Amino acid sequence: MSDLGGGEGRPAGRALSASDEGKVRDVHLPLDDAGWRGLRAGEHVRLSGEVVAARDAAHRRMWEALDRGEPLPFDLRGATIYYVGPTPGGPDRPVGSAGPTTSGRMDVYTPRLLALGLRGMIGKGERSAPVIEAMRRYGAVYFLAVGGAGALLGRCVVEAETVAYDDLGPEAVRRLVLVEFPVIVAIDAQGRSVWDPGESRVG
Amino acid sequence: MGQLREVNVAAIRAAVIRCIERASFEMDAAEREALRRRRERESSCAGCFVLDQLLVNADIAREDRRPLCQDTGLAVIRVTIGQDVHLVGGALDEAIHSAVAEAWARFRLRPSVVRHPLARRNTGDNTPAVIHIRLVPGDRVELDVMEKGGGCENMSRLAMLTPADGRAGVVDFVVRAVVESGGNACPPLVVGVGIGGSFERAAELAKEALWRPFGEPADDPLDRELERELLERLNATGLGPMGLGGDTTALAVHVRSHPCHIASLPVAVNLDCHSHRHAREVL
Repeated sequence: MSDLGGGEGRPAGRALSASDEGKVRDVHLPLDDAGWRGLRAGEHVRLSGEVVAARDAAHRRMWEALDRGEPLPFDLRGATIYYVGPTPGGPDRPVGSAGPTTSGRMDVYTPRLLALGLRGMIGKGERSAPVIEAMRRYGAVYFLAVGGAGALLGRCVVEAETVAYDDLGPEAVRRLVLVEFPVIVAIDAQGRSVWDPGESRVG
Repeated sequence: MGQLREVNVAAIRAAVIRCIERASFEMDAAEREALRRRRERESSCAGCFVLDQLLVNADIAREDRRPLCQDTGLAVIRVTIGQDVHLVGGALDEAIHSAVAEAWARFRLRPSVVRHPLARRNTGDNTPAVIHIRLVPGDRVELDVMEKGGGCENMSRLAMLTPADGRAGVVDFVVRAVVESGGNACPPLVVGVGIGGSFERAAELAKEALWRPFGEPADDPLDRELERELLERLNATGLGPMGLGGDTTALAVHVRSHPCHIASLPVAVNLDCHSHRHAREVL
């Protein structure tokens, strides 16, 4: 991909051009169809609005509910899932630390959720080929947040409310409201990715 | 017979709680300095975006009393006990588990442990801890506390290489482990490498290597040379911060070796994320 470069044997991420620096787009969730399709891999974005926190155990529960023909505890249509299990909040804060977990562990569940209307995902690490294929089909976007920046990212969460599977503790499904939450568009609705050229990273 | 020194497990319990507090909210000073230096040399824009966030994150964690990372990890605790110590006041492991439960509640850390790996019910207080105990001469008790995140632990691996694979085989195995983990283990990493011993000892060596103070070279000259080469090789892979490409893939490599069988060359790689949370106290 030309806008992300690669080339000279360097991985794609390195080629996020210096001119991108300082250019950060504010994105308000939920987006409409044109909004999702207008995001481009490599863009720096600040997300504001509502997302659903769900990780391993919640995904398993959702999968089992779908197998039994039961409805999901929240509306997936147009939704964004954030793969996160925050540390507990306190009197002065809805959550403590809230950075992303590894998205790849959710890959096995994700195409089914995309088919049901899921449009955005926030996590860390790469995604599988079937997930990227489903993202292209349904026009979904994967955002990458910085793993281990949980204190900084936790500050961008201004509301949190448990909506399902309370017994899962830190893995319960929560509605979160984000304000200017910093991410990079890692894979866009056209299936373009910041990892695209795929040169070997082995030195 | 020498004099025995009595150490009450209540003192160990209190020290474990202090270590957990420090590890959760304060980035190791030597690691922070390494991150800052690497940031200055990083040529990738995405890499700088990540490293800048990590430096700010460390400030926010300290000032705002938010854990450095939401994955406050499995508590892995090593107790090094002098042979002239007599532990009193109850069972050592119970004191440690109780310290973990109290620290997790008091500092609002995330309970991240399930009771049975298949049934997967959260224990609610992050117990039990993983405890390693070793005996050494002397009358002191040393505590090493690590909060080990799941993302990087998941990307760790072990292989039984052959003597013919040799040093090149070890280097290749470590580089592959890091590169194939992509962004999942949260690079830039602290890489613990164990070579030699037996199957289980190699894994322990890799963990022990992570317990060494950040960036401190190994005692053995061969291990030290391997550390230098691996650090250089890893940072030349281009994997970069969070796997987005760049010059900063590893912040430190710690190697620890042990004699092994004439037929064997065990090698274990225990990856630790940049949120390298560990603390130490000597009683």
